[in-house]
Amino acid sequence: MAKEILRVNNLKKYFKTKRGLLHAVDGINFSIEEGKTLGLVGESGCGKSTTGRLILRLLEPTDGEVLYKGKNVTTANKKEMHELRKEMQIIFQDPFASLNPRKSIYELISEPLRWFKVYDNKAQTLKKVEKLMETVGLAQRLINSYPHELDGGRRQRIGVARALALEPKLIVCDEPVSALDVSIQAQILNLLEDLQKEMGLTYLFITHDLSVVNYFSDDIAVMYLGKLVEKAPSIELFKNPMHPYTQALLSAIPSIDIDNKKERILLKGEISSPINPPEECRFAKRCNYVQDICLKGQPELREVSPGHFLSCAVM
Amino acid sequence: MNTKNDLILDINNLVVHYETVEGTVQAVNGIDIQVPHKHTLGIVGETGAGKTTTALSILRLIPDPPGIIKGGEIFLEGEDILKISEKKMRKIRGRDVAMIFQDPMTSLNPVHTVGAQIAEVVQLHEGLSRSEAIKRAGETLEMVGIPAERSTEYPHQFSGGMKQRVIIAIALACNPKLLIADEPTTALDVTIQAQALELMKDLRNRLGMSMIMITHDLGIVAEVCDDVAVLYAGRIVESGTVREVFKSTMHPYTEGLFNSLPVINDKGARIKPIPGLMPDPIELPEGCAFHPRCPYAFDKCTKETPELRYFGETHGVACHAYDQTGFKLKRRG
Repeated sequence: MAKEILRVNNLKKYFKTKRGLLHAVDGINFSIEEGKTLGLVGESGCGKSTTGRLILRLLEPTDGEVLYKGKNVTTANKKEMHELRKEMQIIFQDPFASLNPRKSIYELISEPLRWFKVYDNKAQTLKKVEKLMETVGLAQRLINSYPHELDGGRRQRIGVARALALEPKLIVCDEPVSALDVSIQAQILNLLEDLQKEMGLTYLFITHDLSVVNYFSDDIAVMYLGKLVEKAPSIELFKNPMHPYTQALLSAIPSIDIDNKKERILLKGEISSPINPPEECRFAKRCNYVQDICLKGQPELREVSPGHFLSCAVM
Repeated sequence: MNTKNDLILDINNLVVHYETVEGTVQAVNGIDIQVPHKHTLGIVGETGAGKTTTALSILRLIPDPPGIIKGGEIFLEGEDILKISEKKMRKIRGRDVAMIFQDPMTSLNPVHTVGAQIAEVVQLHEGLSRSEAIKRAGETLEMVGIPAERSTEYPHQFSGGMKQRVIIAIALACNPKLLIADEPTTALDVTIQAQALELMKDLRNRLGMSMIMITHDLGIVAEVCDDVAVLYAGRIVESGTVREVFKSTMHPYTEGLFNSLPVINDKGARIKPIPGLMPDPIELPEGCAFHPRCPYAFDKCTKETPELRYFGETHGVACHAYDQTGFKLKRRG
């Protein structure tokens, strides 16, 4: 049994808005084992990015706790947090918006090293930056270039190098390839996979793209309006999706297989508002199987077969 | 092959360049496209392949300057639209050929009701009175699955998926013969995308339209299109029926696209990206533009640009490798 590196207990984040309380993340539980990848899947507004930010404490949770190697991240003081940040890093979605346009590649990649005073002289820092550039596949000649001179794939490589600079154990990858073309997307996915093997990294892989997450993850958790609706090993989830939302989501992926056309489940309507959500199951309004019991509330995740968790009163 | 009369759209040797301070952007470099009546053609390619430029040329909406249609012919039902007056062209846009743009958030006017935006099109093209046009707008909204009462609402009151439906309604209000959809679902969530694609397929069949679907998503092509053209650096590198291109892939770039996709049912299969990057359209490589990234490239590829040649009636490929007898791609199983 591998060691658990991250555990999230009853994590909640509510945002105050003019129209009421927005339940972005509403009591979720999961854990990730060291060296594994958990894919967190859902559509816009389901709370997946908020979850990623809560784990790194880039946002303060409303309730619940995040345990990194048993240590409570949510109550860590400033000094403890400083140490924790070295271990937990993030790769952002948009390589066009997440890099300071006025900093060169050297400055961008060395920034975490300088901030944490990892080396006491410039030569060592430079050496480390060069090594990181090699690791992520950036040509050394680009060291003094600026982000605007580079394409999306290379910019995302800078994002990866920055995340790796402090040799973290856990990386939250927030839609790291969504902004990239398919052929470039494949390059970055392979890079992330190789890095995981070499360095034993643990990933929380946040995405809306199910084919990417299936390729990349050991386990997949499906999120809908702030709640986890299903979690299972990825092979199991794709073979045997149980939640009506997961089923619809999987059937909605356009497939390149022209000989085996699958039955498509079309959902009614669109995601409802996360502001002051009613007691009922969050998916009830769009669910094709909705029954009276669903209006009483959403059941907790329960294990229906080994490793396969489901939150649905009907299935 | 199709005879000229069967074609709604027939593009011959289209060349479009953008003259910029940095140099000439060779966006489209000699493209031939034929779309028979009631057919749907998918145009596939990555950022900068020339997909959108091709689409805008069909409506003569290339921003000029810096864009120039350098050459070629675009026949719409037998008439070369590059030769007609702007006044006549204006009648064609929106009536005979309509376009759906990628981003539903920015292609609606925020200060007009959605009903008024649909009514504008029918008033303009069909000479209906204001009240008739408003009534038609309501009917068109119903057609895309939005209650007619909502025609008095403004775009911000609609969600992303609903806005895209409004845009589809505007495009279809005048029963166009050809609908060009430029990445119509890229900005939408996957379950909403599925709804929008179903809707477009259904309306296309009901109205008997021809369609050009521009996308980077091969899955969408497989689900919606009859034929497909794969674009790379402003040229068609492979074209044919969806079955031909998907099942007997011939061009190394098309192969690379397929190999870059994660396979849903086979987790073990490692994706194989195409090495390198799209070339800069200001400085396209000599010979075949794909040769620096091509695993099969040989001497000739660096010198001569390959022409599209046909294997069978409809399957075209532009690749020198087929000079060698018995050449075959080794597409990932």
